[in-house]
Amino acid sequence: MYYKSRPYRLFYAINIVILSLVSILCLIPLIHVLALSFSSGLAVETNQVSLWPIGFNLDSYSRTFADGAFLEALTNSVFRVVLGVSLGMLVTILTAYPLSKMDGGGLKGGKLIAWYFVFTMLFNGGLIPNYILIQKLHLMDSIWALVLPGALSIYNMILMLNFFRTIPKELEEASLIDGAGHLTTLFRIYIPVSLPSIATIALFVTVGSWNAWFDGLIYMHKENWPLSTLLQTMISAPDLSQKSVSESEIANLTERSLRAAKIFIGALPILLVYPFLQRFFVKGIVVGAVKG
Amino acid sequence: MLGRKGILYAMLLPGILLTFIFHYLPMIGLVISFQNFKPWLGITGSEWVGWENFQTVFEREDSLQVIWNTLFIACVKIIVNLVVPVVFALLLNEVRQARFKKTIQTLVYLPHFLSWVILGGIVIDILSSKGIVNTVILPTFGIDPILFMADGNWFRFVVIATDSWKEFGFATIVFLAALAGIDPSLYEAAEVDGAGRWKMTWHVTLPALVPIVIVVATLAMGNVLNAGFDQIFNLYNPLVYEKGDIIDTFVYRVGLLSSQFGLATAIGLFKSLIGFIMIIAAYQLASRFANYRIF
Repeated sequence: MYYKSRPYRLFYAINIVILSLVSILCLIPLIHVLALSFSSGLAVETNQVSLWPIGFNLDSYSRTFADGAFLEALTNSVFRVVLGVSLGMLVTILTAYPLSKMDGGGLKGGKLIAWYFVFTMLFNGGLIPNYILIQKLHLMDSIWALVLPGALSIYNMILMLNFFRTIPKELEEASLIDGAGHLTTLFRIYIPVSLPSIATIALFVTVGSWNAWFDGLIYMHKENWPLSTLLQTMISAPDLSQKSVSESEIANLTERSLRAAKIFIGALPILLVYPFLQRFFVKGIVVGAVKG
Repeated sequence: MLGRKGILYAMLLPGILLTFIFHYLPMIGLVISFQNFKPWLGITGSEWVGWENFQTVFEREDSLQVIWNTLFIACVKIIVNLVVPVVFALLLNEVRQARFKKTIQTLVYLPHFLSWVILGGIVIDILSSKGIVNTVILPTFGIDPILFMADGNWFRFVVIATDSWKEFGFATIVFLAALAGIDPSLYEAAEVDGAGRWKMTWHVTLPALVPIVIVVATLAMGNVLNAGFDQIFNLYNPLVYEKGDIIDTFVYRVGLLSSQFGLATAIGLFKSLIGFIMIIAAYQLASRFANYRIF
């Protein structure tokens, strides 16, 4: 056996060390920022903090949550995610189902319609025409400006479509013989059978719409910004001067620890759904992307 | 009354409409790259200027510099983001303890899911002049502080390195899937023939990876002018515009902040066209050499 040879065992040991170091490197920056957010202002400013908080306190967090704009943005984000994910999944499934029947004459002109969608992945109008369109449609400062343009992700639709194709034809035929129409077949058979895939895609869409910040920045007024947009402006241009900071607070607060807290709050929802995401997505991606 | 087939077309309708409005209408809007577009005059009322905007793009020094920056950053990213994941997948594939492997995967996939708003904030904090790298890590090795976020060349390096840091883990997935699909009897046969692990890697593993590497590489060609708007926007500052400004950030500043709509659209159209040509060519190659099809 090759793995009993001495050079290979040496390689194996080194390999384990390299892999461990690299993966720790993926996490360390996040831990450092987390430590900063819990540390006292003095410790942060004098660079004493590495991976463990020094002068532990929660002032950065209580201060962030005391900000009305912050909570409002959080609500905007939740609303946007819920609306965006439900609408997006509905349109994605409704589009993927008929297209999954394009082979074998199940849907005449299916290939052409599929290319109609795929073409938009290859070529696009770009920023300015999109911006002018939203203006012309009078969607400026409306939640629909954030939800509608990306509602149908062609990439996710193709993943869904390829998954639907793996469902045995017999299931559909049996249901059609029983007198069910396509809508019933979709909702009673296809959707229940593909729940793991649907969950995967829904999680992807959730993460994507939680993370989206640029559309909020260009289309929405400040009061209606989602949290990602607010964080983007706070992190890149932080400002303590606008609000009065009391004497006792200033000992624990610096711009840096405050910013660290905001970074961590922004990352938290993703970290919370990550375990679920991770369980599903490997299977989901491989099923959809690597078509046999 | 809709027939059984009719309902299928009805299901497609919302998707077709949304795509038409939010993807095809903006393509029509690209005509403003041939106009001196004024929002209050609209597309129908604005003055037509022919190729003037394009001439300006290819005459102005700043826009030429921006195109070069984009091409440079995007191409290096394409190479790095192919090599690092393949090497990492090969190393990870050697691990026999399933638990350890799973843990590593969990850790390296994570940054992919965090946005550049978050990661940009982290990167700037760590690499700024007051950050932990410049105040603690570099001095430990006796190295002078480095202006990562203010020196153009260092900035490019930071952009490429942090992009790889964010995406390499996730990019290994397809390669790991391909590695897992290799027929174990090939290795057994190689072993019987007296091959060591190195020979097995060279003659069994690598050939099995070639098709998927070709697919990933060719499809990445569509990104030759995609240097990563989200990342650059969240990392850059006026000090590094010269080396770090890219087409997308330039379009944003010139178009939306300075309201030079025609010029910004022209450079955007240039980018879209190059991307389109590259992806079509790449798809032809991928379908010919790796038998790849979208559907």
